Amino acid sequence: MRSEPYIQNKTLTDLRTDLQKVQEGVALALIQNGYTDFAQFAIRLCLEESIVNAFRHGNRSEPGKVVQFHCKIDGESAEFKIQDEGVGFDPAGVPDPTAEENLEIPSGRGLMLMRAYMSEVEHVAPGNMIRMKYKNGPDPAQ
Amino acid sequence: MSNPTSVLNISDEAGVKKITFMQKSIIDEVVIHQIGKEIVAVIDGVAQPKVLISFNGVDHLSSAALGVLITCHNRVRVKNGQLYLSDISKPIFEIFKITKLNKMFQIADTSESAMKNFK
Repeated sequence: MRSEPYIQNKTLTDLRTDLQKVQEGVALALIQNGYTDFAQFAIRLCLEESIVNAFRHGNRSEPGKVVQFHCKIDGESAEFKIQDEGVGFDPAGVPDPTAEENLEIPSGRGLMLMRAYMSEVEHVAPGNMIRMKYKNGPDPAQ
Repeated sequence: MSNPTSVLNISDEAGVKKITFMQKSIIDEVVIHQIGKEIVAVIDGVAQPKVLISFNGVDHLSSAALGVLITCHNRVRVKNGQLYLSDISKPIFEIFKITKLNKMFQIADTSESAMKNFK
């Protein structure tokens, strides 16, 4: 079942409550646009990782700082843009969490998961905005 | 061993602390922090911990939850204990594979098979 594009532009002020609302709206739009269970799982995970990163690492959990959220979901793809108020970062500087010497370090896997599950991930300079796109289609071979 | 505010079910089976989750989704930061506290308390409460964490019924998990599991793994290792993970659904196992943590953790298909592996 296909429907009109689901478009949202929101200013997120509270990580817990706003993230839940975002996830609920996106989940419904994905179902209405025929995304598979795998796609729904992947997108939920990537939204969780990116929005938590924006609040915790970008905004450093500072009260009053917000996160801008944009999404457009239709039958072809689901696109997301998340921007924090931080100074940005260089994604190339994030250590590879799968390297032998980093495996036992508890943090630093969110970005890797986003790159693994999404069709496209782009950091916009100075690094405080991330764009992600999931192209709807058959599940990748697992 | 559970209390009304706990986010885990913890039982003792033949000297093995078996842990299961009350939530289907392990993504909320507050819940993940609480999970970490409770599992670390279990590990710290035993000289040489034998711990089985079952993901039976869990359908979502974030990288923050992986961080807690890694912390537990490191803590168990320092005490020369054993930690097994079991009952991991296919989508969640994919997260372990992507992050290569399936190579670091001892993972069994089921709780029953994990129990047989404890020494």
